[in-house]
Amino acid sequence: MGTVEAPELTSQPKTVDTIRMTGAEALVQILLKENVDTAFGYPGGAIMPVYDALYDHQDSIHHVLARHEQGAIHMAQGYARTSGKVGVCLATSGPGATNLITGIADAQIDSTPLVCITGQVNSSLLGSDAFQECDVLGISMPVTKWNFQITRAEEIPEALAKAFYLAKTGRPGPVVIDITKDAQFEEFDYKYEKCTSLRSYKPKPKLDHAKIEEAAELINNAERPYVLFGQGVILANAEKEFKQFIEKTGIPSAWTIMGLSALETDHPLNVGMLGMHGNYGPNLLTNECDVLIAVGMRFDDRVTGNLSKYAKQAKVIHLEIDPAEIDKNVPADVAVLGDAKESLSELIKLVKPKSYEEWLQRFRDCDEKEWEKVIKDELHPESNILSMGEVIRIVNDITNDDHILVTDVGQHQMVACRYSKFTRPKSNITSGGLGTMGFGLPAGIGAALGAPDRTVIVVVGDGGFQMTMQELATIYQTKVKVKVLLLNNEFLGMVRQWQQLFFEKRYSSTELINPDFQLLAKGFYIPTKKVTERENLEKAIAEFINYDGAYFLEVMVGKENNVFPMVPSGSGVAEIRLE
Amino acid sequence: MEQEVQEFTITAYTENHVGLLHRLTIIFTKRKINIESLTTSESETEGIHRFTIAVTETEEQVKKVVKQIEKQVEVLKADYYTKKEVVQQELALYKISTKSLTNGLEVERIVREHNARFLTIEKHFVVIEKSGFRRETIALFNELKPFGINEFVRSGRIAVSRERYGIGRDVEKILTEATMV
Repeated sequence: MGTVEAPELTSQPKTVDTIRMTGAEALVQILLKENVDTAFGYPGGAIMPVYDALYDHQDSIHHVLARHEQGAIHMAQGYARTSGKVGVCLATSGPGATNLITGIADAQIDSTPLVCITGQVNSSLLGSDAFQECDVLGISMPVTKWNFQITRAEEIPEALAKAFYLAKTGRPGPVVIDITKDAQFEEFDYKYEKCTSLRSYKPKPKLDHAKIEEAAELINNAERPYVLFGQGVILANAEKEFKQFIEKTGIPSAWTIMGLSALETDHPLNVGMLGMHGNYGPNLLTNECDVLIAVGMRFDDRVTGNLSKYAKQAKVIHLEIDPAEIDKNVPADVAVLGDAKESLSELIKLVKPKSYEEWLQRFRDCDEKEWEKVIKDELHPESNILSMGEVIRIVNDITNDDHILVTDVGQHQMVACRYSKFTRPKSNITSGGLGTMGFGLPAGIGAALGAPDRTVIVVVGDGGFQMTMQELATIYQTKVKVKVLLLNNEFLGMVRQWQQLFFEKRYSSTELINPDFQLLAKGFYIPTKKVTERENLEKAIAEFINYDGAYFLEVMVGKENNVFPMVPSGSGVAEIRLE
Repeated sequence: MEQEVQEFTITAYTENHVGLLHRLTIIFTKRKINIESLTTSESETEGIHRFTIAVTETEEQVKKVVKQIEKQVEVLKADYYTKKEVVQQELALYKISTKSLTNGLEVERIVREHNARFLTIEKHFVVIEKSGFRRETIALFNELKPFGINEFVRSGRIAVSRERYGIGRDVEKILTEATMV
């Protein structure tokens, strides 16, 4: 055990290894023990004792004051995803806690480790509809990996130990700890032991070598094998093993949006993005491979399209840590349960070195077609209208593909993920499963704090930005060097695209009459620029990226540009449209 | 692949913690599956709780639900059974007016024929108890109906597997391994 900073003793401790302190002070001591140096939150009545305790530890725990609890939790998510640590979030009872829910649901579906600590009314008031009382346990249950309510200070150490352990082990996820105000005030004999196991919880399934052998056999005999990789590779820190595996086997590999950056973009075996707005080849050839190897991904419907037309010809190998994901959407012929790092390490030993030049050429042929029909014009438009793709292309050039990309949700997200280039893992932060508009800006703040030595570029659309734009104040107050790139098309672009393609151009409530974003950024004391002409674009982006500090760049892009390719909702992946 | 719906009994061995019931029922709500009955009790292992949940669903859906149940942090083990794979019972209580007994021997005969019994006989009412399959408790209900049923209640399904040991064996193994760590 490390040293504990002893607070004033108010009575004699019961045993030598406990220290008398309040629940709130204990909570802060536990954060220190769990190596928490950054936390995100918003104070309020029912969490005040904890905030009071934090006041004495400002040197060790940087509390980032958001402007809305949703902002705080997205920050914690961004922080967790770039730092690889547990994101910690604090909020008060009632509305404070309910404002966290969107972020908790986002973290649950995207497997982000979070510990959310919410204040609660006094235990004597529970159930009395007290001021700012809300059933946080009940309301967060469907979207948490685990949650617990503390009504007595003595419950704090064990509950928090479990919270940190559960958030980060196995398939990570959010945990909510609800603490009544009286438990925060109450004094008790504090002692902390980290949790290392729970009898009812198995974080990693035990590797079954027979399954590894079966998988290797299928892979070794495949003629057109195909790898799909997801965030499981990143969460298991298995990027190295993953690369070894595909390089040894020579198998073309495509990524889900959550798996992006696990493998560098320019790797010869990286064939591109899966899913609704993914690349042409990766979607089309899903239905031509003979062995499909899914690594740490969950066959989301945005990836598979219509399941009845998905990879029916292929034998499916599924490497997955969560048994509930096996056979959930796509039945597995061989299910390899386990942590991706361990499974891949074992699999590498049994697979034969091979190459699939002809098969790989099929992907390259598809790329050529996609380049001609879609990419060429997106990255180098012939019209005077600026495209989102050309903005991303210039960003790549200036950062040498070495930035962290944080996106919001919508057209700009698809374009940024499609065209951004990456050389390092944990460089793409986006709301994949839940598709939470408003995620980008706060997640970017957290991402920057979680990776202080890296350039963080937040790409947002004008719709999502306005959902959490008050967090510009957090940027100003916290002096985070976040680069905010607003791709403004004065529309809710993705919904408008669907209205154009599937609702006869009936643009119902998708046009945005926007405020002056330049004045707005100035109001938050953030350097800002707006680009409307191509001739100013490159210089503006260079200034935006090279500026030592936060910067807000607004680029006016085509109002009615569409994102292609596209697998229309309800279609099979092979029915992907290039126009 | 459309599958037929049929009756299933889901069994889960769990920690006995506040809120777990809610956590488990959410799994059904999320998929719009109706829980026909749900019973919680102790299990054969000290400190371990047991859920018995009756649903009518496709096997594919039930399999997925069982995995989601087992995924919950406080669940040790879960499994599902078809009708043929369990020995099951329900308990029903029928409250009828005491007057019905004094007007002849009919009620007594019905109770005897159905292998039911009188739990209590009060001045104004009697309570009859019957355990058995659903169809048996319904049959008794229908026969008592003409006498006027003042109150009726039936418990959820309880069931044990038609195996020498149920999943309780696996649970004990998990617990033994946990104490060795």
